[in-house]
Amino acid sequence: MITLTIDGIEVEVEEGASVLQACEAAGKEVPRFCYHERLSIAGNCRMCLVEMERSPKPVASCAMPAGNGMVIKTDTPMVKKAREGVMEFMLINHPLDCPICDQGGECDLQDQAMGYGMADSRYQEPKRTVENKEMGPLISTIMTRCIHCTRCVRFATEVAGVPELGAIGRGETMEITTYLEKALASELSGNVVDLCPVGALTSRPYAFQARSWELSHTSSIDVMDALGSHIRVDSRGNQVMRVLPRNNDDVNEEWISDKTRHAIDGLRTPRIDRPYLRNAKGRLEEASWDEAFTAIKKAIGKAKPDEIASIAGDLCDAEAMFALSQLMDKIGSPHKDCRQDGSVVGQQGEGSYLFNSSIAGIDDADVIFLIGANPRHEAAVMNARIRQNYFNRDVKIFRLGAEVDLTYPVTELGDDARLLEKLVDKGGPVVTALKRAKRPMIILGQAALRRKDSMGLLDLVGQLAKQVDLVKKDWNGFNVLHTAAARVAGLMLNFLPGKGGKPTMEIVAGLEKGNIKVLYNLGADEVDLSQRADKSFVIYQGSHGDRGASQADVVLPGAAWSEKDGIYVNTEGRVQYASRVTFPPGDAREDWAIIRALSAAIGQTLGYDDLSSLRQTMTAAVPTLAVTDQPQSAKLGKIGRRQAITASPMGHAIGAGSGVSFYMTCPISRASVTMAECVKAFELNDKAEAAE
Amino acid sequence: MLNDKDRIFTNIYGWQGADLSSAKARGDWDNTKALIKLGHEEVIERVKASGLRGRGGAGFPTGLKWSFMPKEVKDRPHYLVVNADESEPGTCKDRDIIRHEPHKLVEGCLMAGFAMRAHAGYIYIRGEFVNEAKALQRAIDEAYEAGLLGKNAAKSGWDFDLYLHRGAGAYICGEETALIESLEGKKGQPRLKPPFPAGAGLYGCPTTVNNVETIAVVPTILRRGADWFAGLGREGNTGSKLFCISGHVNNPCNVEEEMGVSLKELIEKHAGGVRGGWDNLLAVIPGGSSTPMIPKDVCDTILMDFDSLKAAQTGLGTAGIIVMDKSTDIIKAIARISYFYKHESCGQCTPCREGTGWMYRMMERLVKGDADVSEIDTLFDVTKQVEGHTICALGDAAAWPIQGLIRHFRPEIEKRITAWRAAAVAE
Repeated sequence: MITLTIDGIEVEVEEGASVLQACEAAGKEVPRFCYHERLSIAGNCRMCLVEMERSPKPVASCAMPAGNGMVIKTDTPMVKKAREGVMEFMLINHPLDCPICDQGGECDLQDQAMGYGMADSRYQEPKRTVENKEMGPLISTIMTRCIHCTRCVRFATEVAGVPELGAIGRGETMEITTYLEKALASELSGNVVDLCPVGALTSRPYAFQARSWELSHTSSIDVMDALGSHIRVDSRGNQVMRVLPRNNDDVNEEWISDKTRHAIDGLRTPRIDRPYLRNAKGRLEEASWDEAFTAIKKAIGKAKPDEIASIAGDLCDAEAMFALSQLMDKIGSPHKDCRQDGSVVGQQGEGSYLFNSSIAGIDDADVIFLIGANPRHEAAVMNARIRQNYFNRDVKIFRLGAEVDLTYPVTELGDDARLLEKLVDKGGPVVTALKRAKRPMIILGQAALRRKDSMGLLDLVGQLAKQVDLVKKDWNGFNVLHTAAARVAGLMLNFLPGKGGKPTMEIVAGLEKGNIKVLYNLGADEVDLSQRADKSFVIYQGSHGDRGASQADVVLPGAAWSEKDGIYVNTEGRVQYASRVTFPPGDAREDWAIIRALSAAIGQTLGYDDLSSLRQTMTAAVPTLAVTDQPQSAKLGKIGRRQAITASPMGHAIGAGSGVSFYMTCPISRASVTMAECVKAFELNDKAEAAE
Repeated sequence: MLNDKDRIFTNIYGWQGADLSSAKARGDWDNTKALIKLGHEEVIERVKASGLRGRGGAGFPTGLKWSFMPKEVKDRPHYLVVNADESEPGTCKDRDIIRHEPHKLVEGCLMAGFAMRAHAGYIYIRGEFVNEAKALQRAIDEAYEAGLLGKNAAKSGWDFDLYLHRGAGAYICGEETALIESLEGKKGQPRLKPPFPAGAGLYGCPTTVNNVETIAVVPTILRRGADWFAGLGREGNTGSKLFCISGHVNNPCNVEEEMGVSLKELIEKHAGGVRGGWDNLLAVIPGGSSTPMIPKDVCDTILMDFDSLKAAQTGLGTAGIIVMDKSTDIIKAIARISYFYKHESCGQCTPCREGTGWMYRMMERLVKGDADVSEIDTLFDVTKQVEGHTICALGDAAAWPIQGLIRHFRPEIEKRITAWRAAAVAE
């Protein structure tokens, strides 16, 4: 520990801390623009200057390492003058367009000019103007406002791994640009908007939509992937205006993906705001709740319990899945599945489907073996964490699966599932590396888990885990990277085939063959029911008019994730509460409440009348759901079973030639105009370029 | 006045050849092996004892600087970097060393590299120095051929490789950390200090950056003894120095003189005097464009060394003496210097990026007189806001000439403002 004196206050800070951090420890505010905790130190804004004893010049506190016995002063005339001076320089070429600037009200420059600047300007020369730069559909640029702090450049280079952002020119004519004026090809590009301390980079979809002081803030959890990023949802009236990241070191640090941030315009349309019933002509027609429930009652009454099935989708909250699961149990149906993609994990203990090492555990890992995983598109924020560890700690990374640019170098083993057999039998560099590692990590992606031979692959991974001692006393290196926000909760709730029950693919086949007559589809929009038998009856409950609704006989309007309080469990088993931000449109209701109402209508009443009693029942049934906000890990039992491995490529679950765009993975993101623009800018353009 | 026998750069005017055999005839590469056999510490001690101060401008004691290098080579190699990015307006000493005395530099590199336990040295030469780069490369090639560089350099038992790297013509790359960045292939922007190059410099390894002249005088110091060098000049400002005299003199020249020589003597004796006589002198910029000017009354008595010039609120800098006679529009001259610094600011840190442009534009108005008298104070305040608040010294370099102008020629500026206003009213 280092002891130093700040304005007469003695503070202790850790070795390697900066003077700025020491000042904060002493409770002294130091203004800054370029300094950011999660980026490298640039020291270029010069706003954080403080006085240091025995130094004739003020020093930049962000870049000065704290030393024993230093005497720092932050409140002397020299410091005040230095700050006023730097502030004046910042402002001489900054336009006075705050009234039309989207950053207005949450602008570091405004705030610090008020706090540390002079009352008026002495600058009489013409101001500089800078041409705006094209940075794609998400980032709007007004470069005249830029103060050249280079936070965006450092973020793009260090965190996002896209070196296309930089500064050209020098002196007054230095400009921040993407060199070739191309959109920033990163799934994390939106974060530069948060980082920009002024209004130079602002959110393009949010441009001129609202002023920051009109918004109400709600802390919530993201559902666009299975990371459960901590977010703040800003709303005005009954409309979600924007999503910003919240700080959480263990999950998303301070970043969120572009989908998390910008898919929200998909919450507005095309919403299901009333029940619908398919009429005699085969068209969906508006109906009342009573009519809808009567039709469902009739259909369920006609079918035997063994002919009724249910599938839960990727955005469902735990409460809705629990209620539906209980309803199905009451009816006596064993055909339940929360894995609409046909994934095989879930029935071999919690350890077999959790991200056991935890997301923060990546910071300890020394070798990472990706199997069928594409973290860049399946969990963009986590990919940034792996990248940082690659560059800061030289973590070795191997991958079995289709090649894709992960923004850091990876040893590619090839895209053939049978290579895994070879590894288990004969070893190889990756096996040696895993054996030698203190903290080895295997990350299984969804592409490896939804194959016909996935159980066989899991068996091989299990053997490999034993060989390399993957699970140690204080370390569990077996990790499944999920992509669906609802998945882990569904698996914990055992929303899975019961005794004699069918998994998703067999349910779909059953609907086609006729041995499944009724399907309760809870927001599962990725399953293809187009071939189902005419006599089958499908109930769709969800928020968006996507594939699920169009293939249903009865449509029940549910709330979207932002319109209900709900529990989501992320890929590492972290139980988190998402909060209601706005109210569902029209007749739409919270999902658990619809199921509860339906249960009464069909004479199978569930025993709870409000959310809290539902949660009590649920946590009593599944105690792990009562442990909130911490990653879980469980013993890795036997996984998979012996099965021949077919020689087919694994590909990806999302992105990079998988047919599923990173920007469009769920009904909400598919409905989003912004996401459509991203697809056009980043994916179609790439294809066009590749074709050229 | 420096005796001819004490001259280090005996071929600074290029009257003899610059090739290896001519250089050897002048005493270069004479028993280099024996000097290296002195050992790392002894070489540094002798340079320390000579009192040699860095010739690049800041005047930091060279031996002390070398002693900051780690005493043992651990996992990271040591590097010597020679700053040949001579771009300071008014300075042209390194260019002539490279042209006519390249072997002094090459031999100095070997000795300095040996002293700081470096097996590799890089000379970063200004991009505009095309012929100089060729000349220096020729000298390096000659040295390699003669076995004076490379494995077992000069049979001393020390391996030393020397590389020449050409810059792309940015003034800022003469700042040592910007030079390192540029050498690494990055945009030439100064680094934050600490860490200092001796701890983490080129490629993160211990590095010392020295000026060409500093390195080039080392072999002679070691050969003739620290006492000889220390006996020249004054206490704390020892040795001889190349002065570059330009501007309104009859005979602009580079000349090697003893430190602490009087400015008047330098100009009168070596440069043929001020155009139109000493009384026609207006002011002198004593150490390259970044040092504040001194008016004639100071010039009358000033001695040319670090401490004496510092006492006169200016500096020896690179010893690029720019002489201005009474025909000079002194405000315009400084405005031009301001333009130079505005143009050369790297743009990394705020005070310099924004301040240099502001200062230049105010200077341009002061040239015409299109200003308020109170703006002189504003300008002075702005220079103070830039000075000492930046990452590197370019901010200071941009501020000092203007401070010098205001300090010594304020009445001149005021006069012009009054005249301009009167003319404006008359219209």
